[in-house]
Amino acid sequence: MKKKKSVVSRYNRWGYIFLIPFAVVFVIFQLIPLVTTIYNSFFENYMSGLKKVGPNFVGLANYGKLLTGGDLGKYFGNTMIMWILGFVPQIVLSLLLSAWFTNPQLRLKGQRFFKTVIYLPNLIMAAAFSMLFFTLFSKGGPVNSILISMHIFKDKYDFMAHIGSVRGLVGFMNCLMWFGNTTILLMAGMMGIPDSLYEAAEVDGATPGQIFWKVTLPLLKPIFIYVLITSLIGGLQMFDVPQILTNGSGDPMRSSMTLIMYLNKHLYSKNFGMAGALSVMLLILTGILSAIVFRVTAKDEVQ
Amino acid sequence: MKKRMMALVSLVLAGAMVLPTAAFAGETEAAAGADEGKVLNIEVWNEEFKSRITDHYPGYEATDDTHGKIGDVTVNWIITPSDDNAYQNNLDTVLPGNVDAAADDKVDIFLIEADYALKYVDADANVAMPLKDLGITDEDLSKQYQYTKDIVTDANGDLRAASWQACSAGLIYNREAAKEVLGSDDPAEVQKAVADWAAYNETAAKMKEAGYLMTSTVNDTYRVYSNNVTTPWVVDGKVTLDDNIKKWVDDSKAQVDAGETTTADLWSDDWSKGFYPDGKVFCYFGPAWLINFSMHADDEKSIAAQGGWGLTTGPQGFFWGGTWICAAQGTDNPTLVKDIILTMTTNDDVMKDIAQKDSDCVNNKDVLAALAADESGNLAVLGGQNPYEALAAGAENVDMSKTSPYDQGCNEEFQGAMKNYFDGNASYDDALAQFKTAIVEKYPELTTD
Repeated sequence: MKKKKSVVSRYNRWGYIFLIPFAVVFVIFQLIPLVTTIYNSFFENYMSGLKKVGPNFVGLANYGKLLTGGDLGKYFGNTMIMWILGFVPQIVLSLLLSAWFTNPQLRLKGQRFFKTVIYLPNLIMAAAFSMLFFTLFSKGGPVNSILISMHIFKDKYDFMAHIGSVRGLVGFMNCLMWFGNTTILLMAGMMGIPDSLYEAAEVDGATPGQIFWKVTLPLLKPIFIYVLITSLIGGLQMFDVPQILTNGSGDPMRSSMTLIMYLNKHLYSKNFGMAGALSVMLLILTGILSAIVFRVTAKDEVQ
Repeated sequence: MKKRMMALVSLVLAGAMVLPTAAFAGETEAAAGADEGKVLNIEVWNEEFKSRITDHYPGYEATDDTHGKIGDVTVNWIITPSDDNAYQNNLDTVLPGNVDAAADDKVDIFLIEADYALKYVDADANVAMPLKDLGITDEDLSKQYQYTKDIVTDANGDLRAASWQACSAGLIYNREAAKEVLGSDDPAEVQKAVADWAAYNETAAKMKEAGYLMTSTVNDTYRVYSNNVTTPWVVDGKVTLDDNIKKWVDDSKAQVDAGETTTADLWSDDWSKGFYPDGKVFCYFGPAWLINFSMHADDEKSIAAQGGWGLTTGPQGFFWGGTWICAAQGTDNPTLVKDIILTMTTNDDVMKDIAQKDSDCVNNKDVLAALAADESGNLAVLGGQNPYEALAAGAENVDMSKTSPYDQGCNEEFQGAMKNYFDGNASYDDALAQFKTAIVEKYPELTTD
């Protein structure tokens, strides 16, 4: 009896040994930075030119400044608006495409080709993608020239000087970059649904629309929640696309400044205190939002 | 016996061969000892200074794109572009520990611009060597313009950098447009039409009627206003707005609303459209280097290549740019650094070469006077006009007493925030509030109200 137990525990040891690489990487690159970020958020610590100010312990003063500054809500709003502008068309497009791709009755030709093509935008670096759009949509850029020569616009339209067009472009770019990825995830989910359910629905006389709404979607829920939460977290961390598109300004009037762009503003003076406080708030915010999404969408599973 | 003899002879012979070499080696070592480190590291943000050294420093040989040789010293060019503050971030990382760095890694020379010069010549920061520590005297620099020295003088009165440029600037106008609208492209005649801001604004309206933009963007005129302020951006830790800056906002808003200029960024494609005849832009504001270095003079379709620009003083005098050479504290090549600074910023022949080859308005009163006096100062990009008398007069009048260490950030953020007002996305007060927010983010130690 005693001997048997020790064999098992010796065997279990391998589990821990195999976990070491992950644990070491996690502690060095995730846990320690996380803890020091929280630690830093309680200090006044920045550079003024070549002079260092601090670190002086200031308690919660950095958080106070962030909350009373009044702009945090605005940047959070910007981030969410631009995320929704990108996510809604993206999820609609992805659902449609993945339903088509997985529908055995359609037997689409060239599926491999299209799956590759829709994934391609994601392979381009976001910064390069954004730079490309900046050039295309600049006042003297090709989009303006084409629209004017087609007599759609009379005058050059300054896309970068209007709130709607800047946010719209950010949303459009995010949608374009990520719908391929989402399509592939949703397809994986749809292919996991047993054919027998579809066949049963067909035998019962359900229309394709009914099959999609009543069979596919409910069974897709776990994957759907995964897509929603990862996209939400990615959305909250939105940075490179609007940063490059607006040259870091978030203009017009900071209406396209995201939370991470705001964080980046504090790094000019290497203001680790304020940046740390903002990061901690972002962490809490992400946790709360993810919890809400999970509660709302996965109510059945939780109960 | 014979064998032993042979061995002795060969030993002597071998010794005879080795000894002189050893003696010679000792000599070169002594010579090298006088000239210190073997690697000269130079921190720059673009190719400008490298091309000046390549063209004008005697004995410099380029070995590849980022390396060269002066005698037996390897010159290592470390180029970090200015975008997103990357150049200064890099300096801020390497300079404070430069004294303790390994000999071959020590920064020996770094360059700075007027916008942030005060940060690096600061006596407390002490990252740039006082020039007197290198053995450079006031006498050596006597032909330089006072403003180029004022800006790099620290609180103790020590000079910590020197420049080969005196970037006094003017209004660069399109001769074609001047003939068409003002009836003459003579600098004196054009000057009458832009003599002050009231006249300038009237001319802008005429240009608009003739289908020209007055300037490519509102940011073109910004430096003219901001160089003529009566209070610095920051007084006792508080950000203050000068009346002349406010005047820039009002004049610019009126011009944007009237369609006489745009709100494009400097250096953007929309800004540089006017470098070509089809861009239909009447004027740019800048020093001579702008035409030569930035206005596509190497493209034969450009106005610059056709000699189609003229230069006049404009509504107010100002300067733009200029690059100062600093000796990094901790350098292991002080003799060579001293020679580079003296050669590039005080040698009359080198300065004249630079002026003629690169159109730099050089920081040397004698050379500028000589260039103004005869045809050697005529510039092809200006259609043969000799701008040096005007530029020299401008350089005498530049006043650097209203600068603060925060100027670069303040200027950038102010122009950025006001773009919202010009574009109609915000009221003036809202745009100003955004400027203040941005300033406190950049410089947490400042207050705005």
